[in-house]
Amino acid sequence: MTLKTEDVRNIAHLARLHIDEDVLEQYVADLSSILDLVDQMNQVDSSGVAPLSNPLDATQRLRDDNVTESDQRDKFQQIAPDVEAGLYRVPKVIE
Amino acid sequence: MAATVSEISRGLEAGEFSSVEITQEYLERIDKHNPTLNCFISVTGEIALEQAKTADTVRAEGNADRLTGIPLAHKDLFCTDGVRTSCASRILDNFIAPYDATVIEKFRAAGAVMLGKTNMDEFAMGSSNENSYYGHVANPWNISRVPGGSSGGSAAAVAAGLAPGATGTDTGGSIRQPAALCGVTGIKPTYGRVSRYGMIAYGSSLDQGGPFARSAEDCALLLQTMAGFDQRDSTSSEEAVPDFSATLGESIEGLRIGLPKEYFAEGLDGKIAGVIETAIDELRRLGAEICDISLPNTGLSIPTYYVIAMAECSSNLSRFDGVRFGYRCDNPVDLEDLYKRSRGEGFGAEVKRRIMIGTYALSAGYYDAYYLKAQQLRRLIKQDFQQAFSEVDLILGPTTPETAFSIGAKTDDPVSMYLQDIYTISLNLAGLPGMSLPVGFSDGLPVGMQLIGNYFDEARLLNTAFAYQQVSDWHLRVPEAFK
Repeated sequence: MTLKTEDVRNIAHLARLHIDEDVLEQYVADLSSILDLVDQMNQVDSSGVAPLSNPLDATQRLRDDNVTESDQRDKFQQIAPDVEAGLYRVPKVIE
Repeated sequence: MAATVSEISRGLEAGEFSSVEITQEYLERIDKHNPTLNCFISVTGEIALEQAKTADTVRAEGNADRLTGIPLAHKDLFCTDGVRTSCASRILDNFIAPYDATVIEKFRAAGAVMLGKTNMDEFAMGSSNENSYYGHVANPWNISRVPGGSSGGSAAAVAAGLAPGATGTDTGGSIRQPAALCGVTGIKPTYGRVSRYGMIAYGSSLDQGGPFARSAEDCALLLQTMAGFDQRDSTSSEEAVPDFSATLGESIEGLRIGLPKEYFAEGLDGKIAGVIETAIDELRRLGAEICDISLPNTGLSIPTYYVIAMAECSSNLSRFDGVRFGYRCDNPVDLEDLYKRSRGEGFGAEVKRRIMIGTYALSAGYYDAYYLKAQQLRRLIKQDFQQAFSEVDLILGPTTPETAFSIGAKTDDPVSMYLQDIYTISLNLAGLPGMSLPVGFSDGLPVGMQLIGNYFDEARLLNTAFAYQQVSDWHLRVPEAFK
């Protein structure tokens, strides 16, 4: 096992994912076997190779800083789980 | 009924039938067969008939284009204004997209008709369509088999004649692999060719939209509408889009086609190899020059892909937080509980696995070992292709190592599922275009052949597939139960 139960608990927390305790061990096994597969990368020495993030080696295109969007708050909030007075409602954050 | 997009287009032009009539016919077929196949998550019958009516009016006024009135299906990952866009996930089960994806907008502008939204692996993560919140899709050639994934609903819908054409997306093979397993034609264009705006993101440096249809001729027609620069996609290409249909029919005499020895090595089903050999002979008879090449880093493509795709997905899917749209858990005690349970209950197991691997690969102390390393290997994989394209015009091989497998056969072992993508995945890493076309059968199941082109060389891919389809009829075969 590449990962321990505590590692997976910590990763789930970082990813803000609730994982039920009764399936946690299954995730430990699955994620470990995926990482074993990923470890095949170490068969190749790639030191000095420039990383490739965009397959076409393209860089970010810039545009003029003009307003192109109109206000669609009402439309967007129609699909929100909980809104009030144009604001998104969540449980109390500050005591 | 095995009507192609091109045939329907000609029929509409000649006045043999109206768009309303043909749309009605497809809706009836969907009604009849979808309970068996589960290709569609949403059928948009009312919208379809309304669009068909408009298309008939446009045609009557003499303003019709080639896709005016053609019914199509869209993968449920393209945002459709006013229509649920679920990405086959519980977390978006109630998500009515507030805008159209560029691809949808372009088909709308071309006068095409939307039949519905097709089933897929949740967030396009999967190779069998078994990771859908709405249940698996059945392969029309044998309903106990998977259709492939992630665009399984689109591929199966075209194979069963529930739509003459459909859209899909391909992050690691999600157009080509289901096309192969369902016996239809599909093309993944060069990265940046089709706008990603409104395409719900999985791996942003890999994702690319493309069409499914019965033939290369149809794919050319559909890709023509989908392709082109879009200001709203920061990685959209400004490369000019040629007329893909115009070059169909050109001779392939002298075309240099390379066979990567790594694609015909251990792991490839022997019967598939035989079918591919026969298709290669056909291309040789058409004048193609076949030679052996090597893509030495092929074996690295799966681990490299899964690090990059999972890292990108963990970032992309952080937007699903239960606050602004989508599923929210009941009675959250605090904000962290809201995030964690909305995501934990809203995402399926495979999506959670990928988010967690991606989170791990990007976390402090592991970034260099995983993400940076993967990006370096990504360049080596790209260089393999660049070297190969200095010697050949096209690369050819099988699309998949095996034909459609049984439903449930690989669900317990995520890694064995990932290995299905061995021949398709490296193209996404390199950003190259590729297509799959049917070239025969093995034990009653379709076999797909993959053609890989150089950057922005989709026209050559389409013409080569077209040339093959002029001397074969595998692409016109229809499964008995859906004739």
